[in-house]
Amino acid sequence: MLAANVDETLEIDREALFQLALRLGDTSLILGHRLSEWAGHAPILDEDIALSNLGLDLIGQARSFLTYAGEVEGRGRDEDQLAYMRNAPEYRNLLMVELPRGDFAFTMVRQFLFSAFQLPFYQQMMQSRDKTLAAIAAKAEKEMAYHLRHSSQWVVRLGDGTKESHERTQNALNSLWTYTGEMFETDASLKALIEAGIYCDPASIRETWNKSVDDVLQQATLTRPETGWMQSGALTGRHSEHLSHLLAEMQSVQRAYPGLKW
Amino acid sequence: MVAEPKIENDNASVELLERARSALGTVCDPEIPVLTIEDLGVLRDVSITENECVHVVITPTYSGCPAMNTISMDIETALNKVGIDKVKVELVLSPAWTTDWMSEEGRQKLLEYGIAPPAKGGTTASLFGKPEIACPQCGSKNTEKLAEFGSTACKALYRCKACLEPFDYFKCL
Repeated sequence: MLAANVDETLEIDREALFQLALRLGDTSLILGHRLSEWAGHAPILDEDIALSNLGLDLIGQARSFLTYAGEVEGRGRDEDQLAYMRNAPEYRNLLMVELPRGDFAFTMVRQFLFSAFQLPFYQQMMQSRDKTLAAIAAKAEKEMAYHLRHSSQWVVRLGDGTKESHERTQNALNSLWTYTGEMFETDASLKALIEAGIYCDPASIRETWNKSVDDVLQQATLTRPETGWMQSGALTGRHSEHLSHLLAEMQSVQRAYPGLKW
Repeated sequence: MVAEPKIENDNASVELLERARSALGTVCDPEIPVLTIEDLGVLRDVSITENECVHVVITPTYSGCPAMNTISMDIETALNKVGIDKVKVELVLSPAWTTDWMSEEGRQKLLEYGIAPPAKGGTTASLFGKPEIACPQCGSKNTEKLAEFGSTACKALYRCKACLEPFDYFKCL
């Protein structure tokens, strides 16, 4: 679908680039899938449609990233093979997105924490020297602005709502907090890609993210949890038990009938 | 963007290109059937490549726009109907589609169809402002947003407080 068009002057490690494309694609795919689980279950019809729309954007982004991952890998795997025929340890998504959807507060707090990172992240990635990643980011950036606005409004409404909604939102925030560190993580391969101008240094996003989070939490009368030990596993494919359960459902048709087309 | 060399010099190719363009002018968006893909700005380029193959370049409105597969098929069908069998449809993401690419004619058709056209200047910054959306039925600007996400990914749901009609607003992107 997309032509592999990395600036040819770049000396890049293809395996590192493949892993990065998987990290971005898998994160969007798994979060998109979690949102799709709300279809028919959201508290109101408007929100049912909204969550499906957010999920659709994310799955669209995932398709672009995974198609590109397949091209970079060069072994003939397409988006479908990458999405449906890999096992959990081969997935590179952030742990935060694979957690079960929880209640509505949990879903919205997760969407907010993620979108508050993803919007400035894509804005930076639009400058990537990898033209395909830059193009996907430019497309996704505008969508992410809607995601951030929508989820921020809900976090404020729920946090500053009833005693029940406030409690649930604070609980969601407390349990998700240890998963936020991963968005800022890097390893040797990612550092090399930052050096090459392909990946953006997530540390440069920290300040914008902190500000978005603090602004919204303050309006929502929520307390920012203390930052301490953080969960980690995406970079090495060490996942929670939840991912395998999700994949078992998501992949069941392709596993039963490999190569099946609609 | 285009891998193969373009060949447009000879008369046969010029005729083929004209025929292809005119057929593509009839391809509509499956979800907003009053707009052609040309009105929307989804159709980016048409050219003739080697062996008289018609190369059509399209771009999605939203990353996950589910209409893209249908649009690709409709393009092939429209070209087949005018005797063009060698067709290649390419999907590109860059430059990213914006509602500003919608033609004036397209905006007018949208309005007549009952969908408020997108506010101009669709940048991320303007997303957080509150654009004045006029009701496509009565023209009043006394409207309110009911839901950010409407019947399709590209639309939001509004209501006119003057004539009380609910309506779709094509979100600016």
